[in-house]
Amino acid sequence: MSGRNRVEITGEGPVLVNGPVDVTGPDGEVVRSERSVTALCTCRRSRRFPFCDTSHRDRERRAHRGGGSR
Amino acid sequence: MTLTRQAPAPSTTEPALPAPRGPLSAAVLDALRTGGRPGGALDAVPDDVYGEDAQLTLYCLYELHYRGFAGVDPEREWDPELLTVRRDLERAFLARLREDAPVDDVRGPADVDAEMAGLLTEPTDADGTGVSHHLLRDGEPWQFREYLAHRSMYHLKEADPQAWVIPRLHGAAKAALVTVEHDEYGSGDPERVHARLFAAMMRAAGLDDGYGAYLDLAPAETLAEVTLMSMFGLHRALRGALVGQFAAVELTSSPGSDRLVRAIARMGLGPEVAEFYAEHVEADAVHEQLVRRGVIRPLLAAEPELAADVVFGVRASSFLAERLERRLLGAWGARATSLREPLPPIG
Ligand code: FES
Ligand SMILES: [Fe+2]
Ligand SMILES: [Fe+2]
Repeated sequence: MSGRNRVEITGEGPVLVNGPVDVTGPDGEVVRSERSVTALCTCRRSRRFPFCDTSHRDRERRAHRGGGSR
Repeated sequence: MTLTRQAPAPSTTEPALPAPRGPLSAAVLDALRTGGRPGGALDAVPDDVYGEDAQLTLYCLYELHYRGFAGVDPEREWDPELLTVRRDLERAFLARLREDAPVDDVRGPADVDAEMAGLLTEPTDADGTGVSHHLLRDGEPWQFREYLAHRSMYHLKEADPQAWVIPRLHGAAKAALVTVEHDEYGSGDPERVHARLFAAMMRAAGLDDGYGAYLDLAPAETLAEVTLMSMFGLHRALRGALVGQFAAVELTSSPGSDRLVRAIARMGLGPEVAEFYAEHVEADAVHEQLVRRGVIRPLLAAEPELAADVVFGVRASSFLAERLERRLLGAWGARATSLREPLPPIG
């Protein structure tokens, strides 16, 4: 692996950052992510800001099955 | 209920063989128990491949590839007669699924994008008709415990069925899929393995976290979701469908997990119960991106002819998920158990 960090701007929601990161928020608080890829929220709607929780998605009033998780 | 979390090493004991549910499972389980041949099993393949007898048999035959069963020779995994039974069941299962999840409309990768876009649109909390919506709005702790018992058939081997596809992918698609799997397996931290987080949640909710502990209670609808993944994973020819199944779950999991975190809080079940789903809100927001951009895009760029199978994987897993949801919500609406028998009372 090169020492260079990779950042991907998805354009539809989060920014993806490669490697474990320390994220400093606007209030100076530092949150740590140990994941190999972290999704940082850019829409400001996440309930887990600074991390994306998919709140950037469209909400629609219609029936849809709700998934579990894996 | 017990809310203590012991620091547990995952159990390494193999599960007991389940009770049969018809002539085919009786013949196959008998062969596994005695070490004998599955005499007569081939003539016993039932008409209803979604039914209890067929799904339990298929589940047990696949289980030989995972952790096996106590007292069963591990070599039975490659017993040609058992594999023949498995093959007959798989052919019937796949034929039914191809009828119930048709993909005649899929022409190429653009149709896969459209299918993914459909999965990314979420209903509002008030409008959703799924199990997580029900649990959020009106769920009761006994229903949540039943939900965990059903889900334990998969989550105690979470990510294992999808690991079979790794050698069937190449280049960028393989690298991205392994990045997701690495996260499912705790990114190197055994305490964070998702299957282990699920086991901890089961204990915190007063359930038995033993591998396979609820197999006898799990109905065919529950087992079918797992046999689907195992079939897709174990067949290189179905690698596109496996990727589609993987995508369907990763794309819908994060909002569903968020509803379950809130449902757990509303039911007063405590944060140690919520940890598994809390982890999945964040993890699957990342996994969604990796699966769509990292796995599907390069896979279809290299092998565009897999587009229809990717969509088939999405639709087949959604079809089976909806069947299970109907069973759960139907039973709970009648204040009855959604399992084959009620859970034993918790101590
Ligand atoms: S970018 Fe995903 S929640 Fe904000
Ligand atoms: Fe997971
Ligand atoms: Fe995931």
